[in-house]
Amino acid sequence: MRYLASIGTLLGLSVFMACAQENVPPIQTPSTAAYTLEKVVDDSGILWGMTFISKTEILATEKGGTLYYCSAGTKQAISNVPEVYVRGQGGLLDVATDPDFETNSIIYLTLSSKGRGSEPGGNTALYKARLVDNSRLEDVELLYQASPNSKKGQHWGSRIVFDPQGHLYFGIGDRGNRDVNPQDISRDGGKIYRLNRDGSIPQDNPFVGQNGAKEAVFSYGHRNPQGMATHPTTGEIWVHEHGPRGGDEINRIQKGKNYGWPVITYGINYSGTPITTQTKKEGMEQPFYYWVPSIAPSGFAISDSDKYPNWRGDYFVGSLKFEYLEHLTIENQQVVAREKIAPNIGRVRNVQQGPDGYLYLSVEGKGIFKIVSKS
Amino acid sequence: MKKLFVFFLGLSLVACQEQPSPELQASINRGQEVYQNFCIQCHLAEGQGVPNAFPPLAPSDFLETQTAAVIAGLKYGMQGEIVVNGQTYNGNMPAQGLEDDEIADVVNYIRNSWGNQNRQMILASDVAQTSKPKP
Repeated sequence: MRYLASIGTLLGLSVFMACAQENVPPIQTPSTAAYTLEKVVDDSGILWGMTFISKTEILATEKGGTLYYCSAGTKQAISNVPEVYVRGQGGLLDVATDPDFETNSIIYLTLSSKGRGSEPGGNTALYKARLVDNSRLEDVELLYQASPNSKKGQHWGSRIVFDPQGHLYFGIGDRGNRDVNPQDISRDGGKIYRLNRDGSIPQDNPFVGQNGAKEAVFSYGHRNPQGMATHPTTGEIWVHEHGPRGGDEINRIQKGKNYGWPVITYGINYSGTPITTQTKKEGMEQPFYYWVPSIAPSGFAISDSDKYPNWRGDYFVGSLKFEYLEHLTIENQQVVAREKIAPNIGRVRNVQQGPDGYLYLSVEGKGIFKIVSKS
Repeated sequence: MKKLFVFFLGLSLVACQEQPSPELQASINRGQEVYQNFCIQCHLAEGQGVPNAFPPLAPSDFLETQTAAVIAGLKYGMQGEIVVNGQTYNGNMPAQGLEDDEIADVVNYIRNSWGNQNRQMILASDVAQTSKPKP
């Protein structure tokens, strides 16, 4: 009996320790769902990016290299997509429409590319193109090609968003070279970039004129950003990024700031060994929020819709690892609650608010779902 | 005398553990790098996998008995149900864009790590001859 009691104590202790390590607030699973899920696009691959071109038509990227036009439950491949270097976490990544898409039909794509040189491997590229007849791309133009090429499979990013002034922002991960790329503004990788829509560099970018700097860089010290959102009321750019084991982060992106990877982090190596002893340092930004353990975040939406009155201003993030959509309740600039939406649905790759105000989530191996409120 | 016997018995057992050839060892070493680059996020550092999500690689009856399916899965991606150690997994492992020599190396690595031991070396030419499984 005493034996049992000590096992009980040990068990209790280990549960306590496991809980003590989890960052607050703890994730909740509501007992009843206040919404239903309606499938709008069926796909057995990985729909990485999605953007609405009308209330009912979606453009979606499949990681393997296909860009789809989706409407009324059907999908058609769009031709003349740039060549994609499918490698590890890389492939055809995000798609975004120009702020003036209705009049100019311009879209932007980020993708893994071999580039134009003969160097082995690849890096993340940003393309611009015109969508014609919802079936092909024309005037395909390379706006940015990160270098150097690398055969590493990790950390290509990437998402594309616009600020209210019409600047384009996109992210590239550290390309599996964390000790070299993220802290060096003369190198690509581990950065958030800001460009004009024609690919030129805004003259008020933070490192313009600085010797050797990549002038497209807007912020640095990032690991692997796979979620970006423009805040609907403040216009600020918000990004989340994958940490290693633990230490995924949400950051409010500010011009020229250093977000610390890999000098400071709340995570450790996959093997369990430490990366650094530091979580804070002068001159490096603290995250707005961090996840321990990692949820493997992908896709980011901030709701400003009247479709779900209690969710307005809250953040929504897909979890690849735990296979749900995370709802983070924001009050007074803080995460005050976290809950699971669509628990166990599968690896949630993306979440977007549609023009109809509903949230749409993309689930690997399944497709795109609309979240419909029951009330 | 008895101690000596046990000592020699132990020694002979160690000797029976055939060491990998230098070529295989070199492939295993390269495969470790591929593993840490492309596989470790899901199958984890000791090949233990994640219950109900990502099947283990050690121990794994699937890896031991279905080498061809493992190679084809790495080359073309793997979808649908598989049974590993009596557990059914219904996941989606996308092709990682690995080259034939990298696939051979990583298979040699996982077949000779974490207690797995298979000294029969997989070659890039074996991978080249592996065709896409019929759906």
